[in-house]
Amino acid sequence: MELTVTDLAVGRGGVPVLAGVSFALAAGEVLVLRGPNGAGKTTLLRCIAGLQEPMAGQIAGAEDRIAYAAHADGLKSALTVAENLAFWAAVFGQSGIDQAMTAFDLHDLQDRRAGQLSAGQKRRLGLARLVVTDRPVWVLDEPTVSLDAASVALFADAVRAHLAAGGAALIATHIDLGLDAGVLDVAPFRARVDAVRSSDEAFL
Amino acid sequence: MRALLLRDLRLALRAGGGFGLGLAFFLIVIVLVPFSVGPAAELLGRIAPGVLWLGALLACLLSLDRLLAVDWEDGALDLLATSPLPLEGVLAIKAVAHWITTGLPLVVAAPVFGVLLNLASPGYGVLVLSLLLGTPALSMIGAFGAALTVGIKRGGLLLSLLVLPLYVPILIFGAEAARRGAEGLDPTTPLLMLAGITGVVLALMPFAAGAVLRVNLR
Repeated sequence: MELTVTDLAVGRGGVPVLAGVSFALAAGEVLVLRGPNGAGKTTLLRCIAGLQEPMAGQIAGAEDRIAYAAHADGLKSALTVAENLAFWAAVFGQSGIDQAMTAFDLHDLQDRRAGQLSAGQKRRLGLARLVVTDRPVWVLDEPTVSLDAASVALFADAVRAHLAAGGAALIATHIDLGLDAGVLDVAPFRARVDAVRSSDEAFL
Repeated sequence: MRALLLRDLRLALRAGGGFGLGLAFFLIVIVLVPFSVGPAAELLGRIAPGVLWLGALLACLLSLDRLLAVDWEDGALDLLATSPLPLEGVLAIKAVAHWITTGLPLVVAAPVFGVLLNLASPGYGVLVLSLLLGTPALSMIGAFGAALTVGIKRGGLLLSLLVLPLYVPILIFGAEAARRGAEGLDPTTPLLMLAGITGVVLALMPFAAGAVLRVNLR
């Protein structure tokens, strides 16, 4: 069980952002991505999650094993908390949502519409989705935005439980989660914009 | 897949889901036509099949821009794309849900609206049959158009422009079948053409829609 990224180059809108990124993530490990805003953390994570093609390099061990959580939680405001979770559980072929509800302390909210939740509660529901996916590699983009200290602790516990069960996590975050994590600063991998010829240059 | 269909239907039926929007629009068009062309019953009866088909098509078009836009805005589309469901399947299910909430009510309501337009009595069965055959293709082509324009702010106009030319063959054969039915002629040929178009659309469009959505999600 290992996610291996080799010499990866990613771009946004055809402009290369990061180049030469390599790392390996074994079972039970967390890797925290750091870097200033606009450094390309989100682009790198989207690429690893399979939402966009890498410009160069390989990603091994990502196919159908990644649970991705982005800035948006993908919640339906007209559905209740339990319905939202049950939907994602069904999509990923799982049935129980109890464990996820407990992990993120959502039992008291289960019959509330997602549209009536506070920003932090929505975030907790969005993160609870990771538990019901039962996928080994969590790829998380700023998971602690709008969470209070207690919820951040809940989240860190959930990550620890996931690691103990043989999972792995790749997290872009600016805060210290109190996890025993490796750190990858993406700033040194910034791509030179003129390093790759723009794709339509030949037609101009 | 079933969970996605049930979720989309549930969302459509809950407050703000837009169920009934197409039907209401269809009703408005059909009610206003006699006011605009005059009360001549014979004339209304003659144009009824075409007007009913045009109304159904426009009603279908009305709700297309919400087909994927909502899931795009709240991030659910990204999450669905990383889920085990194939993107082609997701789009096919979205089209089915759109058809059940928009196309099917139009099919059921069309005979009632036919009365408002003085549609000739032999035409009702063929009208319903032609709509039943044609509207699934409208929804599936619509899902393709929505996949093409997802992520574009106010993409509704572009979506209409892209989708309308693809709707034209369905409108021609559908309205022709309904007209023949109303005049007591044999509608088999246009109905078969319509069924053929729908078959091709349902077989190929999910793959086209999946491919363009994958490009758009980058």
